[in-house]
Amino acid sequence: MQDKDAIWPLIAVFVPFSLASVGGGTSIFAGIQHQAVDVQHWVTSEQFVEMFAISRAAPGPGSMLVTLIGWKVAGWIGALTATLALFLPSSLLIFGIARVWSRFRGRAWHTALEYGLAPIGVGLTLAGVLAIARIAGFGPLGWAVAGGSAVLLGFRPKTHPLLLLAGGALIFALWQTIVIGAPPTQMTALWSFHG
Amino acid sequence: MSPPPISLLAIYGLFFRIGAFSFGGGLTGWVYREVVVARQWMEEEDFLSGLALSQITPGANIANICIFVGNRLRGASGAVSALLGLLSAPFFAVIGLLSIYETIQSIGWINAALDGTAAAAVGLLVLMAWRSGRRAGGKLSSAAIIFATFIAVGVLRWPLVWVVLGLAPISVALAWPRGDKNAG
Repeated sequence: MQDKDAIWPLIAVFVPFSLASVGGGTSIFAGIQHQAVDVQHWVTSEQFVEMFAISRAAPGPGSMLVTLIGWKVAGWIGALTATLALFLPSSLLIFGIARVWSRFRGRAWHTALEYGLAPIGVGLTLAGVLAIARIAGFGPLGWAVAGGSAVLLGFRPKTHPLLLLAGGALIFALWQTIVIGAPPTQMTALWSFHG
Repeated sequence: MSPPPISLLAIYGLFFRIGAFSFGGGLTGWVYREVVVARQWMEEEDFLSGLALSQITPGANIANICIFVGNRLRGASGAVSALLGLLSAPFFAVIGLLSIYETIQSIGWINAALDGTAAAAVGLLVLMAWRSGRRAGGKLSSAAIIFATFIAVGVLRWPLVWVVLGLAPISVALAWPRGDKNAG
């Protein structure tokens, strides 16, 4: 169903989601699923689940899920259209806010806002850790690796992030192969996201 | 204050690397480490307040903070470079993965390894929280705001927008004396 006429529906469906995704991409997945599967019939329910797993396995924001939906609908143009439709509106909004924000740098009230918002930014980020843990279905091993990497960074702040990520990947892969030998975790991840 | 001469290519390159390796999300800690700690392109509060704005506005947090940083460094062209850098690798990666999905689905350790990178990335976030908490220099109010935000949004899962609207005025009021002092 490579259909060039599907470009406009892609835009019409994903642009509103772009502006509705407060608190990160995951908040809009259920709505996107409803639109793509039940309303527009772009993909089947099984395909959507598969795409969700792929977008989690691939690097980048989880909302790259829409890139895959666009790809299914209209190939490269569809993928590009869907990606832009989801990322451009919210990007323009934060860009506008950033412009206004930096124009007033140095004013007393701006400095106070900066100092006041900083701890909220940190708190929200820590809350995001719990959201990641929920979606990834963190067990004791997940928390151990997270804690270990935090402690390691505490003692050696110059540790390269890639080394850290590779270490986490290696530990999980070894654990999976040697200790569990069980099927992959992506499906459990999906169910915990829905629940 | 003239912006430091940071090339668009350097901005693109940094966010390309972060985009290419951001499995499972949560890599704002990495952005913080590169931009604030390692390269000192931005001040701590400047970045963290941008992070707060990135999270309360719609859009993926990582995309928003990269636009905020890009704009601070080089204006509109910086923001475009940052966003393009962030998305170009993942764009081709998801499409590539779609075609080999059947193959990788049966390989359990690949999925486990991806979960492992997400777990390790949490360390970067904790480091960011710890550093900024320490920098608050025993300022109990900052620590209390961090904690309250975390509990309300993370543990109690209250709606993010309302929590921020409730806590931001308190936090700003507590920070007001510092703001006056710093602005001289």
